Amino acid sequence: MTDVQPVISGHNLVKTFGKVVGLNGADLELYPGEVLAVIGDNGAGKSTLIKCFSGAHTPDSGEMMVDGTVVSFKSTSEARAHGVETVFQTLAVSPALDIASNLYLGREIRKPGFVGKVFRTLDKKKMREASRQHLNDLGIGTVQNITQAVETLSGGQRQAVAVARAAAFGSQVIILDEPTAALGVRESARVLQLIKDLRERGMPVILISHNMPQVFEVADRIHVQRLGRRAAVITPQTHTMNDAVAIMTGALTVDVADQTLRPVTTAA
Amino acid sequence: MSESAAPQEDLADEFSGRTTPLQKIQQTLHRYPYLSPLVVLIFAMVIFTLLNDRFMLPNNLSLMTQQTVIVGTLAIAQTLIILTAGIDLSIGAIMIFGQMFMANLAVSATASNVLPIAGQPPIVALIIGILMATAAGAVNGLLIVKLSLPPFIVTLGTLSIFTALTLILFKARTIQGPEIPELLKIMGNSFAIGPFRVMYGVVVMLALYAIFAYILRSTAWGTHVYAVGDDPQAAKLSGINTDRVLFSVYVVAGFIVGIAAWITIGRVGSASPNVAPGINLDTITAVVIGGTSLFGGRGTMIGTLLGALIVTVVENGLALAGLDQAYRVLAIGILVIAAVALDQWIRRVKS
Repeated sequence: MTDVQPVISGHNLVKTFGKVVGLNGADLELYPGEVLAVIGDNGAGKSTLIKCFSGAHTPDSGEMMVDGTVVSFKSTSEARAHGVETVFQTLAVSPALDIASNLYLGREIRKPGFVGKVFRTLDKKKMREASRQHLNDLGIGTVQNITQAVETLSGGQRQAVAVARAAAFGSQVIILDEPTAALGVRESARVLQLIKDLRERGMPVILISHNMPQVFEVADRIHVQRLGRRAAVITPQTHTMNDAVAIMTGALTVDVADQTLRPVTTAA
Repeated sequence: MSESAAPQEDLADEFSGRTTPLQKIQQTLHRYPYLSPLVVLIFAMVIFTLLNDRFMLPNNLSLMTQQTVIVGTLAIAQTLIILTAGIDLSIGAIMIFGQMFMANLAVSATASNVLPIAGQPPIVALIIGILMATAAGAVNGLLIVKLSLPPFIVTLGTLSIFTALTLILFKARTIQGPEIPELLKIMGNSFAIGPFRVMYGVVVMLALYAIFAYILRSTAWGTHVYAVGDDPQAAKLSGINTDRVLFSVYVVAGFIVGIAAWITIGRVGSASPNVAPGINLDTITAVVIGGTSLFGGRGTMIGTLLGALIVTVVENGLALAGLDQAYRVLAIGILVIAAVALDQWIRRVKS
């Protein structure tokens, strides 16, 4: 694994909010084609960590790399420009706008030629057709009307719109923050299937989740975040859910010398 | 288990797709927010025609467009701001500020209240006046974006500030019509289409409505205005520079207010710091009756135009019906409450 260049990586990231320490020297590596789950207790810095990569936060110090180049994101659009797409926990969709407008929010397609250049007219037809295509690609073409306002959709459908947006534009990595937290069993299963589909298409995914069974179902590797740092990286094959919870809560620690693969767990 | 579960799902299916007629109305209004003001306008016009046959005379219809023109133009600016979940209480003060700027610059030194810079060519005075209103809008935008202050508070403050600035710079003296050059009054001139008199100001107002309806519907900036008003956090995470969008809205609104200042001089025939008292709230009334949500993110330009027309039609119609001014005010008040209640109901729509 070590000779493969990570798609994205972070080293020694620090992020504080006043006196609250979000990240305290956190590391993260994501390798091509894998699903990396990020788990951790509330306040462990999971969301802060991935928000650094999605451009919603700028770390106070530390180094972030995307595809081998050092990056510094001041906004989500800069992260998007580097091919990092995020489905935020709040979904970040605009309820009153229709599905197509939401998919292309912030990167609208203009009509070609004079009309688009001078009158800045949007190519709504093209955006709608492409949106329909993106939803179908992910097997979520159940929405009848692409011009429907997002607020008229169910929770699962909204999630699907947000995931479709990320999948349509993400070229390097797609980050999903608690994508199933607000969903029912059937809708959660669909999102997990989406994650697997993305992996099959070769798209690396970072999944933040509280749901251990789901994490162990889809993840290739599991990054355990604790107290603003990476406590361990484990795999569903080498560790059980109980181990993961133990590391998360600090009941067990992983041997630092060989952190990635062969942990030696000792009672703390 | 599975056998007994299947028919149960079918049973539910029969009801799940069902919508009551009321829900259908709710969904339709949600999709086309300008329908409710349109219905109200047509209804009001029918009623007033039945009450008094002078209502539908070309003279009265022409008069009503003229009575709408100042509020109608300012309401374009107010709509843009309310779409971002803001509000502009200083819109009337900025309009008068711009208007007094134009008039005082254009007239001769003896007529002007500011001797040193009086006597400019009319076109220069006009442009400077519009620019001053635009700058005033920019001040609002800057305070709201840079200091993260609520628009209500900022514009409550600038309402006083621009009112005071107008009085300090130009005194409280009205500049009479004969002193003002023709260019500044041109918006009050009119031409005939059949039996109707159409004021130039009305044509400009309608053109502005058309332009901004197009911009809101068909440009990225328009989409971003809706997104910022709808959910600013989501807009920001979607990569929209929300500060820039907000600021630009207040600048554009200031520009429209500048045009409205020009129209007002034409409509009133003089430049007075006391013209159109209460115009701030009148613009908000028009916007709200037009179906634009005070919570931002929802509304249309055509709705606002209809809302402004409704206010005029109701006032004019009730006056023709011989009712006291107090009843007209009462009617507008009821309309506002009804419009906001309707908006709340429409927002609760589910597919």
